[in-house]
Amino acid sequence: MFFSERGFLEVETPFRIPANAPEEFIDPIPTLSWQLQTSPEICMKRLLCRGYDKIFQICRCWRSDERGSRHLSEFTMLEWYRSDADYHDLMQDCRGLLQYVADFCTTDSCFTRNGLKIDPHQSWQYFSVQEAFLQFTKAKALDSVKNGLFDELLTAEIEPAFEKFEVPVILQDYPAQLAALARLKSDTPDYAERFELYVGGLELANGFSELTDPLEQRTRFEEANLMRQQLGKTKLPLPEPFLTELSAMPSSAGIALGVDRLVMLTTGSERIDQVVAFTPESL
Amino acid sequence: MLSVADLKKGTKLILDGDPYVVTSFDFVKPGKGQALYKCKMKNMISGSTLDRTYRSGESFEPAGMDERDMEYLYKEGTHYTFMDQQSYEQVVMEEDAVGDAKNFLLENTKVAVLLFGEKPIGVTLPNFINLRVTQTDPWLKGDTSGSDSKPATVETGYVLRVPPFIEENELIVIDTRTGEYSTRVKG
Repeated sequence: MFFSERGFLEVETPFRIPANAPEEFIDPIPTLSWQLQTSPEICMKRLLCRGYDKIFQICRCWRSDERGSRHLSEFTMLEWYRSDADYHDLMQDCRGLLQYVADFCTTDSCFTRNGLKIDPHQSWQYFSVQEAFLQFTKAKALDSVKNGLFDELLTAEIEPAFEKFEVPVILQDYPAQLAALARLKSDTPDYAERFELYVGGLELANGFSELTDPLEQRTRFEEANLMRQQLGKTKLPLPEPFLTELSAMPSSAGIALGVDRLVMLTTGSERIDQVVAFTPESL
Repeated sequence: MLSVADLKKGTKLILDGDPYVVTSFDFVKPGKGQALYKCKMKNMISGSTLDRTYRSGESFEPAGMDERDMEYLYKEGTHYTFMDQQSYEQVVMEEDAVGDAKNFLLENTKVAVLLFGEKPIGVTLPNFINLRVTQTDPWLKGDTSGSDSKPATVETGYVLRVPPFIEENELIVIDTRTGEYSTRVKG
């Protein structure tokens, strides 16, 4: 409803595909010689290239070996894309969507996480990655990428700090190395136009202004594969038709939101297990 | 060896030579970032706790634990001696490792002793144990202070609260998990 009221077209794309976008730390599940999608992004971006300007999809995605209190290997993703837009437009969408969901699904129009009420109707908190590192850690963001401690600091220092905010938090402008498919900021090219949405410290969505340069995109995919090889992981095939069509993609922005986690927030559930009928362990 | 993906609540492993038990465990993965495994662990000897974060690919030595039926023999200073019921081998444990169990140990009490390699690191008592009251003040009939319990010392020297009607030389049942009075028995 939220999306159709705003002129988005609901689309369906194949779950089983020859190639996902290669990522250093996301492992697709192979099926015969193809893969299950880790996100519907490749096919949805190809639809943008064909001229569909506002599209959304709610679908299953699969990521190998991801299981924890907020992770399932098979989970539900909501992705949406806008042409002639950038990541700021997506942040506005997020604001509208969270207010809509909170009004529709909860009695007090608020989300609940660890017993704390989070009100999406108040003004949100915005931090750049650089600011968040300065404020909540003793390290600098770019240094932490270089010495490999970025993820540790993010999960050990910054995310726990976000748990205390009674409004949603946007963490924006990621170091360029951590945004394989995002456009770089024109004024500060060390950073990319990527953001994460947090509610009660729970990471809910990741969005960015899309990279539309096919050559640059190919280089970044190859870099991701190189990093994978250094980690002793398999090289992944490149989504060639996507790279071919990318030159036709208008300036766009896209975002992926974890639906199971959104349900956790509307129901005040601590664990993802509480919002699905079957966990992998119960099968 | 254990891989980080094998860890779960209750896994016992060796860190810096000491046995630890995993008390909580979670997989976290910041968006597009690497998988991290957050672990809370308790040192099985000292009881101190530890928070550690591991990356995938790290491995651990499992802590081999053995629990054996033993009989408590005697205490000398801060050393408690137990005898293996099967091999009749004797093991000596430090008072720290015996912990609260020392409050309920009488000679010939049957217990389970947890061994880390050859080293005894813990005692598991039966849930309920009978001990005789060696000292407690008599119940003053007509005491209207409203107190519904009084202190009593049992034969191990342990002091606990008991109901006012308990008298010296009575045998009482103590819940060893809580250290509290449970009921009295004839005998």
